[in-house]
Amino acid sequence: MTSGPVQVTGRVLSLKRAGAYHHLTLVAEGVAERTHPGQFVALAVGDRNSPMLLRRAFSIYRARPSGAYGGSVEVVFAVHGAGTAWLSQLRQHDEVDVVGPLGHPFALPKQPVSCVLVGGGYGSAPLFGLADRLKERGCAVHMVLGAATGDRLFGALEAKRSARSVTVTTDDGSVGIEGLVTDPLPDLLGRTGSEVIYACGPMAMLRAVSAVSAEYGVWSQCAVEESMACGIGVCMTCVLPVVGDDGILRLTRSCVEGPVFGGDRVLWDAVGTVPEGTWGAPAGAGH
Amino acid sequence: MSVPGPVLPSEVDLTTSLAGVSLPNPVLTASGCAAAGRELDQFFDVADLGAVVTKSIMLDPRSGRPTPRMAETPSGMLNSIGLQGPGIDGFLASDLPWLLRRRARPVVSIAGSTLGEYAELARRLGNTPGVTAVEVNISCPNLENRGLVFACDRHQAARVISAVRRDTPRGVPVLAKLSPDVTNIVDIAESVVDAGADGLVMINTLLGISIDPETMRPVLGGVTGGLSGPAIRPVAVRCVWQVHQAMPDVPIVGVGGIRTGADALEFMLAGASAVQVGTVIFNDPSAPTRVLEELRVELAARSFKAAREAVGFAHRGDVPR
Ligand SMILES: Cc1cc2nc3c(=O)[nH]c(=O)nc-3n(C[C@H](O)[C@H](O)[C@H](O)COP(=O)(O)O)c2cc1C
Ligand code: FES
Repeated sequence: MTSGPVQVTGRVLSLKRAGAYHHLTLVAEGVAERTHPGQFVALAVGDRNSPMLLRRAFSIYRARPSGAYGGSVEVVFAVHGAGTAWLSQLRQHDEVDVVGPLGHPFALPKQPVSCVLVGGGYGSAPLFGLADRLKERGCAVHMVLGAATGDRLFGALEAKRSARSVTVTTDDGSVGIEGLVTDPLPDLLGRTGSEVIYACGPMAMLRAVSAVSAEYGVWSQCAVEESMACGIGVCMTCVLPVVGDDGILRLTRSCVEGPVFGGDRVLWDAVGTVPEGTWGAPAGAGH
Repeated sequence: MSVPGPVLPSEVDLTTSLAGVSLPNPVLTASGCAAAGRELDQFFDVADLGAVVTKSIMLDPRSGRPTPRMAETPSGMLNSIGLQGPGIDGFLASDLPWLLRRRARPVVSIAGSTLGEYAELARRLGNTPGVTAVEVNISCPNLENRGLVFACDRHQAARVISAVRRDTPRGVPVLAKLSPDVTNIVDIAESVVDAGADGLVMINTLLGISIDPETMRPVLGGVTGGLSGPAIRPVAVRCVWQVHQAMPDVPIVGVGGIRTGADALEFMLAGASAVQVGTVIFNDPSAPTRVLEELRVELAARSFKAAREAVGFAHRGDVPR
């Protein structure tokens, strides 16, 4: 499906504030044309001698294969630590080492069914490219965007242009409905007759969305935001308990087998443990 | 001894001998930082490396430890993977054939929880053609000896190496990978060489703990983890230096924090005849071949016509060049 990642020196085209977040556009040759919605890029932070060795993974918000400056990719991030703080200080034309696109994209329905796209915080970023693809296939797209507070919503305006309906929730009720993204879901699923939920956001949100999709018998595709050291499948730090096609439970790399998983395949409650029955468990120590 | 004079990078002879096996160049991947080569092959041709060292393989499939499995530290990281892997059967069925098809030179790293497991792994590998060398990861707790790490006890370390050597075909070198978390690395090195190790790989990670000031709890699911990356390079260079000084004829593979060709050269000057690139791969997936090209330039800049001339050079006092 994809033709594999590339490693390129990207250049900052723009870096803008978007509420509580930063919206970074990088000119990065060869990345955009390979990108499918749900995939991510892994960015090196700092210069060649950077004391921060681990890449930072960001789901791709927009990928434009051609433009005045060449192909570009866009990501949205919050400042969490020193790495994202460094990214937030970039200036136009600065260089950033980009590896991407990485991971498995969202699977698309074969039929023109209605879909609900759920984004938590900046987790909504990959949903806009996805909405475009779904609409090309004749799918009706409904969006639910949620965040703790209004300034932590991302893309609510764009969602209005992109989706047939938009529902916004905030924990504090400052914008939209007070509550969680999952609160309006049952009603929305019923009203729209949707057969698929796509979701991206924090682990707790994905767990809740998967529970709703199981209860209402709809298919779900969840993009996880697990921390990753390499993003390319060599370090084994990014694993989640996932049931494979063969029915076997494994600690599965979210960077290569994910970041998109069927919501029914992930043992959300067991994240951070080695659940009984995991292939190869129990583990002793050793490094 | 090379004669000073201009040497072009393209003229430098990079071939190296690893305990009797010749390699086209001295740059390898480090175990656990390159899986079994397949993912990195998207970024460079894995056959261009001196060898690909696989993630340590155990006898049985292994889930590894719970997450979080990593913590970033200054110029380094802690990892607590717990040797997740498919077990020897899965490895022999899929990973090794792939490496051989790609014409890469596989150095297979093995790890066990008991002496018997190491011996069994050696037997299984001994019957498999195409293995360039066996690297023995002895930084594992010995379940038959109160969980004490093999690498930290000269007798236990030696028993593992002699068991593996016994069941490994003569032409296939057995490399002992040593832990720096010991009082006297030379003592352990001498012990495993006496037990039949054809070469030494130094160093594995250093044990560390990272505590999250927010949660005020250890960051890693496994509490302790292995420290790696440029932060540990001086420790690794010291280990190579000491052991080369004590046993100048024993081949050493240097590993620990190599990020550039100059870093690789540092290890060679200390006494390593080959090097491995580990953690830095996470930062730069092209690092192994980049380091190789940079090493070529560094050697030429110092008028080394052959990589082997640099091995142990730093020990030679004030010999003029
Ligand atoms: C994520 C990770 C996994 C590792 N897994 C193994 C392993 O399976 N076997 C082994 O012998 N060493 C393993 N190591 C240690 C490395 O091979 C190497 O000895 C050490 O990290 C120092 O080199 P570096 O600083 O270049 O990474 C691992 C290191 C890391 C960072
Ligand atoms: S992030 Fe390294 S294996 Fe997934």
